[in-house]
Amino acid sequence: MSGTFVGMPAFPPPDPPAFPRAARDAVRDTTLRENLRHATHTIRDKRAKAVAELADWQQLREAGKRIKDHTLRHLDQYLVQLEESVTTAGGTVHWAADADEANRIVADLIRATGETEVVKVKSMATQEIGLNEALAAEGIRAYETDLAELIVQLGDDRPSHILVPAIHRNRVEIRDIFLDRMGSWGRPAPDGLTDTPADLAEAARLHLREKFLRAKVGVSGANFMVADTGTLVVFESEGNGRMCLTLPETLISVVGIEKVIPTWQDLEVFLQTLPRSSTAERMNPYTSMWTGPADGDGPQDFHLVLLDNGRTDALADEVGRQALRCIRCSACLNVCPVYERAGGHAYGSVYPGPIGAILTPQLRGTTSEIDASLPYASSLCGACYEVCPVAIDIPEVLVHLREKVAGQGGPGHRLEKAAMKAAGWAMDHPRVMAAGERAAARTRALHPKRPPGATAWTDSRDLPAFPEKPFRDWWKKNRS
Amino acid sequence: MRVALFVTCVNDAVYPATGIATVKLLERLGVEVDFPAGQTCCGQPQYNTGYRHETEPLVRRMGRVFDGYDHVVTPSGSCAAMVRDNYPRIGHKAAAEGRGPELGEIARSLGPRVYELSEFLVDVLGVTDVGAYFPHTVTYHPSCHGLRTLGLGDRPRRLLEAVKGLELRELPGADECCGFGGTFAVKNPDVSAAMGTDKVAHAASTGAEVLCGADNSCLMHIGGILHRQDAPLRALHIAEILLSTEAEPHV
Repeated sequence: MSGTFVGMPAFPPPDPPAFPRAARDAVRDTTLRENLRHATHTIRDKRAKAVAELADWQQLREAGKRIKDHTLRHLDQYLVQLEESVTTAGGTVHWAADADEANRIVADLIRATGETEVVKVKSMATQEIGLNEALAAEGIRAYETDLAELIVQLGDDRPSHILVPAIHRNRVEIRDIFLDRMGSWGRPAPDGLTDTPADLAEAARLHLREKFLRAKVGVSGANFMVADTGTLVVFESEGNGRMCLTLPETLISVVGIEKVIPTWQDLEVFLQTLPRSSTAERMNPYTSMWTGPADGDGPQDFHLVLLDNGRTDALADEVGRQALRCIRCSACLNVCPVYERAGGHAYGSVYPGPIGAILTPQLRGTTSEIDASLPYASSLCGACYEVCPVAIDIPEVLVHLREKVAGQGGPGHRLEKAAMKAAGWAMDHPRVMAAGERAAARTRALHPKRPPGATAWTDSRDLPAFPEKPFRDWWKKNRS
Repeated sequence: MRVALFVTCVNDAVYPATGIATVKLLERLGVEVDFPAGQTCCGQPQYNTGYRHETEPLVRRMGRVFDGYDHVVTPSGSCAAMVRDNYPRIGHKAAAEGRGPELGEIARSLGPRVYELSEFLVDVLGVTDVGAYFPHTVTYHPSCHGLRTLGLGDRPRRLLEAVKGLELRELPGADECCGFGGTFAVKNPDVSAAMGTDKVAHAASTGAEVLCGADNSCLMHIGGILHRQDAPLRALHIAEILLSTEAEPHV
């Protein structure tokens, strides 16, 4: 269960650095820190207002959780139903066990059309499997059409947020990327481009329009798949997704198997919770739904690639499976104090932040250094659980995964385990613990200000001085 | 009413003043407090770092030590949350691994009897004015486990607002984590310190003399940064503020 590939194709070394190392660099990057702080605080404040408008938010949250749990419990059944519905509607369903298989299916489908270019609506699943890179290796160019994805693609960069992949960039940086790189991907940015949002959006619009009108193949993901009708659903803000879904002749949708829901009625809950949680909107500007091809209207050929890529392994984990409820709203990222300082790239996966810290190690295992470090990339403050619209208890899963990692006894954990055992033993022997406390108190004048072995602490903080005597000795003298 | 103090290992070894203040405060309010000497640690550091099995003897110890007390009071939201929220999980997993219902029964028995100090004062004793006097400007940092796991709400603030002479100043970004997080502070020192530094900057912006909290582990982290910065602000546990009176002011 360690070979599943979850994105980060552009990372130069084979193994991305472990979280604390990557986070250290991000913490020192003051521009990045400021970009992230500004963006996450803006979204989180707006989200809180949008959520507060609904008196039944907690009931909606519970309903979303139940729908997802019910579907996951009967996933086999709903996926088969979905396959039947999609086929009946005139689409073709493909099953992909892992990233390689999914990429091969998509590449073969595109090659069969004779095309070498595709337009893409933003999709986490295709990022997860590194589809763009796999297609490039086959001589097929995939154009991202979501504004933030476009910025990331042009900048030869990596996404750092689920909803706002270019959150780590500010307007000046984006203008420079447009001026430098748009020309080599298609229509260049206009001369004298300013960094005002309207100007940047207009440059992107002109650049993308050429691609929408030329492309014969579109590639998408989906936020939801409705089992009983075979309908796929995309929520978006810009309208680029609708262009990708309607203009091409062939549409290929790559979707994780956990995105299925039983009926249209279930969608009602997520139509309320997803936009408010992610973009703080009462309703997202574009909700596109497609049920197979329709004669003379939109794509004439529709393929659905159902992606596992580690999901059934996660489903087998009693505590961890709740991560599969995730509807990718990214509310947890926007409130996470660790994400805010470390940035999305430190998580070494297309799924950053709290949800990434529990999803990635489940999808690709905990054997690599980065994956083993992710469950520890949290102070367990619980802000992520509080905002999650499907009530994923992220802190609970983090601790559960820590147990898994600690049990492997990887680097650092053998010594740690010995220390935990020793401490546990001492704490189960109150006299031993009391003796230790007394010794520490008596020798306090001799304690160095920065004791060896505690540098991770004393680099930035002073340790408190030990008291003259522990509480238990005061009690003994004064109260017993 | 038999009330036991669960002082926590951090308070016992490093911050005895908090335990002493808790005892004296409860006694002033007419509560007879006992301190079962067999207590050590709730096991939170082990559990949260991924060593659940190493936590189990400590769960048993907590069950034994506090058996028979109507209420167990602790000046730590985090340790109260450990017992209330995580002990049932430990019990559930132990049972699933075929080690019987014992740990689950301890969790069921102990959890509802464990109170964080402000909960005990407000909910059980029914007081918000504990007769304290503390003529200083104070800003309150609600630690995450008290805030989110226990749902302490405005209990600590109501207690502080009733203290004579005390001026409570709003802490910007109060509900954001200070970056302690147990072993997180050691495993991810840079992010932890960045969070703590921001917390300290917010506290300093209030102009308060004292940053008050209900968890000494968070205060150790915040206080460590304050000390390193030579800041005029000091970190203080809420129990020590509530103990302070005109006759016996806190120094």
